[in-house]
Amino acid sequence: MSDVSQPATHPPVTDWVHDFDHTDPQWTDDPFPIWEDLRAASPVVHTERFLGCYMPTTYEAVREIANDTEHFSSRRIIVRDVRPEVARNAAPPITSDPPVHKPAKQLLLPPFTPDAMKKLEPRMRAICNELIDGFIADGKVDAAARYSKYIPVRAIAHMLGIPESDSDLFINWIHMILELGIKDENMLLQAVHEMSDYFRTQIEERRSRPTDDLISYLMNAKDKEGQPLEESHVLGSLRLLLIAGIDTTWSAIGSSLWHLARTPADRERLIAEPELIPTAVEELLRAYSPVTMAREVVKETTISGCPVKPGNMVLLSFPAANRDPKMFPDADKVVIDRRENRHAAFGLGIHRCVGSNLARMEMQVALEEWLKRIPDFRLDPAGTVTWSQGTVRGPRQLPFLLGKAI
Amino acid sequence: MAERLKVRVDPDKCQGHARCKALAPELFELDEYGNAHESGDGTVPPGLEDKAWLAKSNCPEIAIDVIEE
Ligand code: SF4
Repeated sequence: MSDVSQPATHPPVTDWVHDFDHTDPQWTDDPFPIWEDLRAASPVVHTERFLGCYMPTTYEAVREIANDTEHFSSRRIIVRDVRPEVARNAAPPITSDPPVHKPAKQLLLPPFTPDAMKKLEPRMRAICNELIDGFIADGKVDAAARYSKYIPVRAIAHMLGIPESDSDLFINWIHMILELGIKDENMLLQAVHEMSDYFRTQIEERRSRPTDDLISYLMNAKDKEGQPLEESHVLGSLRLLLIAGIDTTWSAIGSSLWHLARTPADRERLIAEPELIPTAVEELLRAYSPVTMAREVVKETTISGCPVKPGNMVLLSFPAANRDPKMFPDADKVVIDRRENRHAAFGLGIHRCVGSNLARMEMQVALEEWLKRIPDFRLDPAGTVTWSQGTVRGPRQLPFLLGKAI
Repeated sequence: MAERLKVRVDPDKCQGHARCKALAPELFELDEYGNAHESGDGTVPPGLEDKAWLAKSNCPEIAIDVIEE
């Protein structure tokens, strides 16, 4: 279901600097050397693919764009082959521009503060341990398919008040939207409709039987004039929470475990010094940032001296920014006790990820509980690691052997 | 002993990444939206100077100033 098979409609890339493609298998497998080449060429590169698309390659250029809501619109947040009309309230506030952005975001912030996340932590620990119980005796596991994948989906389901047992349904929608949907409009629309229908049913149920979950919270929210939100806004925000809540953190946890499986020294250090885990999480977020957002150029301007033209999309690569050696010494190394780490994994500026506190807590708990119970693990040489394509990067198959190597 | 330090959060720049609160809980408070402001008048108690600098160098929005008095 959630494999990485794609309709292969794009010709392979031969000239990365002038013709890059973030859905090319070479990029999907190992984007880091590609970004280095692009960065060496220019702070902003361009491709004719995807109907015209720029990519800032430096931290500075990414920061400039993220903070410039006048020339860059957030109404389209995924770089795709087509540009159909954007629905109003597609997924507020991530698809919102000022001035409607701020109230939409403020609505979502209180349930995601660090204090709110602390209350959720015991449930997260229980979920991680239930998952580990399911495979620890087997001696081997696909850690992406059986661990990292289910942690964020169950967390957000818990917060939204929808059944954790529907996790596979949610994961499939996300796969259709964020991966298959880049090249297949029908997949995307089908998933969005199914999601909206699902949430409409949930909203209907809560009218007669109120709850204290996030769905009820959004249903009961009032705008500045004291009016309830339009239904399209409630549905858009619910879709956003589900979409943003799943794939991203799944990927971040998976990449972290992938790194630890291949780096015994880091693993041993985190086991010996668990208090270092929060610092290590920041570094793993920097080095393996899962999320690349998009913007649409709406007014002509220059970025780091490079002219950009309206009508083009921008692949706003926070992952590439986080590998910029001008910003991070030894940017290509994972330094799990890196002290100065202004990474942009959760974005910069007004569109900073609303769920960043949730994601950090989930990553920390997922690594802590795993390392407590499975201190020794390594990649299974008989298996293959596969990576997702496009907007969110993370391992989708992560075959591990558990226990000490003999 | 280090000089007396003060931390200050620029509310226009802060986007609520909460890194400051995680790294220096004594020096910062978060409001109901998760945006930060300095605790009290921002004076850094002796012994916490390092945390003040650490918070500054980890704020993704460059919203924190450390002022030496
Ligand atoms: S780290 Fe910076 S942006 Fe984040 S809450 Fe603190 S001051 Fe605000």
